[in-house]
Formats: sequence, C-alpha cells, structure tokens
Amino acid sequence: MSKSYILKGGSLPNGTKSDIAIKDGLISAIGTSLDANGSKIFDITNCVVLPGLVDLHTHLREPGREDSETVLSGSRAAVKGGFTAISAMANTSPVADTAGVVEQVFRLGQEAGLCDVFPVGAVTQGLEGEKLSEMGAMANSIARVRVFSDDGHCVSDPLVMRRALEYVKQFGGVIAQHAQEPRLTVGSQMNEGIVSAKLGLKGWPAIAEESIIARDVLIAEHVSSRLHICHVTTAGGVEIIRWAKARGIDVTAEVTPHHLLLTDDLASSYDPIYKVNPPLRTQKDVMALREALAEGIIDIVATDHAPHPAETKECEWQEASFGMLGLETALSIVMQTMVDTGLMKWEQVADRLSIAPARIGGYSDHGQEISVGKSAHLSVINPTASWRVDRDLVASRSRNTPFHGMEFPGVVTHTFFKGVKR
Amino acid sequence: MNAALSAEEISRALTRISHEILEKNGGSSNLTLLGIPTRGAHLASRIATIINSIDSSDVPVGTLDITLHRDDLRMRPPRALMPTLIPQAGIDGRDVILIDDVLFSGRTIRAALDALGEIGRPKSVQLAILVDRGHRELPIRADFVGKNIPTARTQNVKVNLSETDGEDEVLVSDGEDK
Amino acid sequence: MRHLLSISDLSKDEAVLILDTAIEMARASDGPMKKLPTLRGRTIVNLFAEDSTRTRISFEAAAKRLSADVINFGAKGSSLSKGESLKDTALTLQAMGADAVIIRHGASGAPVRLADSAWMSGSVINAGDGTHEHPSQALLDAFTIRKHCTKSGGDLAGLRIGIVGDVLHSRVARSNVLLLSLLGANVTLIAPPTLLPFGVESWPVDISYDFDSVLPSLDAVMMLRVQQERMSDLFFPNAREYSRYFGLNRDRMLTMKPNSIVMHPGPMNRGLEITADVADSARSVIVEQVSNGVSVRMAILYLLLAGAPTQIGANS
Repeated sequence: MSKSYILKGGSLPNGTKSDIAIKDGLISAIGTSLDANGSKIFDITNCVVLPGLVDLHTHLREPGREDSETVLSGSRAAVKGGFTAISAMANTSPVADTAGVVEQVFRLGQEAGLCDVFPVGAVTQGLEGEKLSEMGAMANSIARVRVFSDDGHCVSDPLVMRRALEYVKQFGGVIAQHAQEPRLTVGSQMNEGIVSAKLGLKGWPAIAEESIIARDVLIAEHVSSRLHICHVTTAGGVEIIRWAKARGIDVTAEVTPHHLLLTDDLASSYDPIYKVNPPLRTQKDVMALREALAEGIIDIVATDHAPHPAETKECEWQEASFGMLGLETALSIVMQTMVDTGLMKWEQVADRLSIAPARIGGYSDHGQEISVGKSAHLSVINPTASWRVDRDLVASRSRNTPFHGMEFPGVVTHTFFKGVKR
Repeated sequence: MNAALSAEEISRALTRISHEILEKNGGSSNLTLLGIPTRGAHLASRIATIINSIDSSDVPVGTLDITLHRDDLRMRPPRALMPTLIPQAGIDGRDVILIDDVLFSGRTIRAALDALGEIGRPKSVQLAILVDRGHRELPIRADFVGKNIPTARTQNVKVNLSETDGEDEVLVSDGEDK
Repeated sequence: MRHLLSISDLSKDEAVLILDTAIEMARASDGPMKKLPTLRGRTIVNLFAEDSTRTRISFEAAAKRLSADVINFGAKGSSLSKGESLKDTALTLQAMGADAVIIRHGASGAPVRLADSAWMSGSVINAGDGTHEHPSQALLDAFTIRKHCTKSGGDLAGLRIGIVGDVLHSRVARSNVLLLSLLGANVTLIAPPTLLPFGVESWPVDISYDFDSVLPSLDAVMMLRVQQERMSDLFFPNAREYSRYFGLNRDRMLTMKPNSIVMHPGPMNRGLEITADVADSARSVIVEQVSNGVSVRMAILYLLLAGAPTQIGANS
C-alpha cells in the first residue's frame, strides 16, 4: 500500500484552500497543484482539515470492564470521531495507580495502533483520596504519564490536593481535578434545581463544583502549580476560572460536548441515558459554557467518553450508572453548538480540540499546526454533510449515547494517524 | 327527524303505565320504583307522583345506576357514574318496578337485574319502558310499554325530558352509516 | 395504553371525574353492593418493591371489590429481593398477562420507566415512587377535604390548606401540591427551610416558616411524617425542637378555625409531628382518610381499566 497520499481540495483551519501531501508519516508538502508522483489521492473537496483531535478525558474500561469497552474498541471509536490521541482515565480495575497498570494500558494502545493512547495516572492509591499514588514511577514509565486524575472521585481533602499539586511539579505533571465536594453530593442524582425538585431526584448543586474549583485555584496559586479542571458544568465555575486566569493562576479547564448541548430537563423522562456526572445543567449554564469556550476561559473540549453496559442503563434512574459515550459525536456537537452558532471558527476548533489539549497533556507529537515536517495526525471533516446518530452503529462496545436519533452537522470523513488513514 | 311521541302523548303514556302497574299489582302498598339514570330516573319519579295521586300513597322511589354491571364497558370510554339510591326499606320481598326510557338490546336491563341481585331478593321484578324500539339481543320483554316504535337498527331514538332537555318529546332520526 | 403516574398528567376535569366517581364507589360499597363485577377477568398485579401495608391493602381491597384478580408481588421473599431488575420483573408480568401493575418503588420515576419502556403493555399505576409522587394518596386527600370543607362538591376553590413538615422527602406533598392547586385551593407549605426542596419558590404555593401564624387561617392541615433519621442528616437539631415549632399539639389545635380538619397520610410518629390527643381528636379525619382511600382507588381502577382506551392520565 502506498504510504504517500495527497488530500486534494480541502481547507486548512484558517480557511486557506490548500492540498496536503503526506509521506512516511509526515506532512511533506502543503500548497496547490502538488505533484502526485504515485501518491494515492483523496478528494476532500468542501472538507476542513484539522490537526488530529486530542481527547484529554476518555474512559476505556480496560483493564477490568472489557465488556463495556477495551483499548481497541475505544481506539476505533476515537478514530471514527477524528481523534488521533486519547487519554485513558485511571478508574479501571485495578486502578491505574502504578507503573504496571499504566504501562499495560499504554502497550494495549500501541498494539491497537489506531491512535495514541496516553494513560492518565491516579492521584491517590485506589482513588481513595488518602495516600498519593506512585506518580513518579508512572511519569518515568514507558507510558510517560503527565496527567494525573482521580476522575470519578474528587480529591476532596485539601491537604492531599496541595501535596499532589506540589509533587507533580518535579516532572511537569498536571492534576486534573474532578470538582465535586463529596459532602454536598451524597447520593446526588442530577442537577439540583427546579427539575430535580419536581422529579424527586436528589440534587447535585452547582456549588459542589464551584466550591472545589475556588479552593483548588487558590491552592494552585499558593504552591505555584499547574491545575486542570475536568468537565466544568456551571456558569459559576466559569466565573471562578475567569477570575483565576486574570490573576495569573496556572489553571486550565475542559467542557464536554454533552454539557454544551443538553440540559437537566431531559431527566423528566427518568431515562438514565441522560444520567451523567457531573450532571446536565440548565440552559443558562450551557450558554455560559459556550461563551467561555469561545473566549478561551475554558481551554478545551474533552469527551468524558464513559461506556456502560446496557443493564446499567435499562433500569431505574437512581440505580443507573453515570456517564455517556462521547468520542464519535464530539466534533459534530462542537460544530453545531460553536461553529454553526458563529461563536467559533475552525481555527479555534483546532485549538480547543487538538492544540490546547495536547499542550496541557504534554503530548508533544500531537496538536501541531498543520505544517511541513510535522507528524501527519490529521482529521478531515465535511461540514456540508450531516448524519444521524444510531446507537446500533457505534464503534464503541457500549451503546449508551444520549444522541441516538439526533441529526448533526459535520461528518468525519478521514482520520490520519502517523500518516496512515485509519 | 320525526317526533314519534309528543309531550302530551308522553304524559298520557305515563298515566296509562301507572294505572297498569297499580292494576297488575293490586295497589301500591308493596311497590318499589327504581329508575335507571339518567332519564329512567326522571320517569320513575313522574310515575311515582302519578301513582301517589291515584292511590293517595307514598310509593318508595329510587335510582339504580347499572354502569358498573355493563357487559360493554370495554367497548367505549368509561362513563361517569350516576347515583344509586335505594329506598330505606330496601328491596327484599318488594315488587320492584324497573323504569327506563328506551328498551333496545335488553343489555341494560340484564345489567340492572344483575345489580338488583347484589342488592337483595325482590318478590318480583317488572319492567316499565317508555319506548320499545325492538331489536332485542336477550330474552327480555317489558311488562309496561308507553309505545312500541318499530325502528331500523341504524336509527337513533332520543327521549327528551323537561328535567334534562328542556321539553318532553321522543325523536327518531336516521343514524349515520358507519 | 393508560397510566396514572403523576398528578401532572391529569386535567382539572379528570381530577374532578375521579373524585365524583369515588363518591358513587363509596355509596356502592357502603350500601348493599359490596362486590361489583366491573373488572371481572382483569388481572391486577400489586408490585410493591418497598413495604407499604396500608397502600397495598387499600389497592387490593379496591381491586377485589371490582372483582379483578389480584396478584401480590412483594419485596420480601420475591425475586425483587434477589436483585432481579425492574426490566426482568416487567417482562415477567407481561408474560403473565397483567392488565395493570400497581407499583410502589423506592426509586423516583420507576413507574414512569415501567410505563414508557417496551417491557410491558398494561396500565401502570403509581402507588408511591421514591420522593417523587403518590397520586392516589393525593386524590384520597382531596376527596376527604372536599367532603368536609365544601358544600357542593366541585373543586376546592378558596380553601386554604397547609402541608406541614418534611416536604423535601415527601411524595405525598409533591402530589398534593399539584392536585390541590389544580383544584383551586391555596396551598401553604410550612416547614423549616432545610426540609423544603431547592427551587420551591417556583411551585404554585405559599411558603411559611411560622406554623402559628398560618394555622388559624387553614381549612385543612396536613401533617407529614418526619423520619427519625433526618435528624442525623442535620435537617433539624432534634425531635424536641422540631415538635416545638412544627408539631401539631393541643394548644396549636385550639387556634384552628371551626370545622377545619387535621389530616395525616400515615404512618404517624405520635409525639413528633402530631400529639396523640390531636390525632384522636374530633378534628382528626386520619382514620377516615384510610376508608376513603379504597373508594378513590376503586374510582382510579374503574376509570383506567374498565373501558376502552383514552381515559384519564397519561397516554403513551
């Protein structure tokens, strides 16, 4: 098979119409009327070429829950969604809190070979929030872990959080905090508000997120460390991050596609397909998150792709698992909520879904401007086409997408990883 | 739409029925009148008034809603229930006169007989009806009939009474083909 | 398909129809007609995943008076206690040919899940789900209030009704707020702020933290059960302080209007939210609420199950 390709007729993120030549895994030329010279030609007229998307927040479930997702099936879903790098969260079984587990996940990613799989290391042993895990060993393993998170759990003890933030400075790491004050969210089921009061479902108040964000930006400032806030969902959280950034605190933040689109009133059906942690919020929060992403107060979009087997969703709401699929629909939702609304251009999409997350995660081979000599990790999207989500056709092993039956703009037509179409 | 009975004819029919009831039962002393709501109940109280004036009596009169005993409940949306008011003395050993406006398939009367069976054991049950339009589906006949009006199955018979409809008349109209 | 899942599925006319029908049901069962043939041949399953003797027996009595076949499927000793999922339970009931399932469940929304899923096709009647709703209880409460506090039936316009206590965790309160306001009553919730739901300002009610100032104006006061474990969850300091401000005792009762009534959905915590002398007083209609429950549930079963489709409640 030819290892050289020419992508013909597309546009770069800045809108420039340009062909792109790929050779031996690298971008070999950019321009018009490139010499074919035996290359396979892809006609990508009307399409936009983005640097390969990077997800900083993915649950791959392997090891432990291979019935809901594996590194391989998650990689397939990633490629289908235009991602060339994903970050495997640490809440597996066993927990990714040792070099052994992160190396296993990293190797599984290499073997799958469809995209880069960067393991996230746990902050605390067993995600229990008490003792620090061996972050140094994980950082120095072949997986070269730089992102640490107890995601699914908040590092709620302020002393533990302080020490973790300090400790990872020695290898340039970052703590990705799942901001959820546990005492304010015991048994919580959905956003605390008018809808939860009516439905009789226990509320998850916005302040449980905001109070942890506020605390942690202050700790990060005090110890001069780098903090990343996972899945921000509240208008109040946005305001605190805005304040922290203005103050020069080294904080970054992510928003998920579903929090850019869906609201808490969907819970009225009691269908747990809409049950997710942190929960869907109100329309006011959705609008604040979109604006913050456009402004750059929120740095990146991350999927929080969370596969679950059918039986944990085909049940009563309060018995159901939290989480929804995200990899295959992320780019389309960003296009619908951010590009079609005029809030962002494709250049900013490239930043929020590739360049910025790669920078935060330290994934130096990814998230590069599209230029000659760089690794050919590329996503091609056709913004003029649209598609309908079908949960029976997802690449993921699980089907828990809340977007089933919805029509979205933007079809990912090609994903190139290391110069090869995947 | 044809007027099959005028107000005056209805009045005469009820008077005649009242006399026949008294004649057949040898007076009013053991009678209990039960009207089937809505219009049968009004007819029952009218007949009671006539009997009382003929016989200087105070015949017990009540209502019997048969909705919960119908056999065609599943064929239409359920209806609001009407009152069932059984006179204080009950029906055991009484000569019960069931009264309704129209006798058609006979199913209402069958349900009424079932309902009566739940309430007690009358000495006899007799049926008084303002209009018998035929087309019986059960072996049921009326003891006292205001008027026999032969109809086609598709026709509608509508009894209007002043208590509910402003005036007394019986109308027969051609039903719509279904 | 027809269900009774939430009071919010009812129009005012439908609610009044249920109450009117219940009057005739009460008349029928008070009189000589103890048993009616109306639901002969129908199979009704009492699916009680959470213990509730009172509601289960009430529905069972209602169904049996209408001649339905009743199957009781309780939590203890059943497959439910062995961790069977709601889905598998529903598939089983469907296979058994249940025409209706009366469900009591600890999870809010479980009846909605049952009704909206493709798991079974029968009617679903919510007999109390988590902290969501308890529609038949609200209907029997409205029936009781209407009987005592109105002259001519109809709606409850102009009546002032207080609901006192743990509104936050009360499915009875949620259904009553919806129903009583639908029927035109003025509802006041009286509770410490910790026991009122977040966002209660958006409900069609007045809010008060001062029981004594509101009580004299009420036509009916509904006391909610306060569970002992709420104290450990910091909702109030202790039972003594709760009773002092939100309990109904003899002194408070003496300030009530003539002919006003005291209600409680049961089971009561005598001495906590209500004192024994109040519960047993002439104003108390608590025992009558129970007997009205059977008539109201007969009316619900009749209207949902007796006829052809398209009746009261949600269609889905």
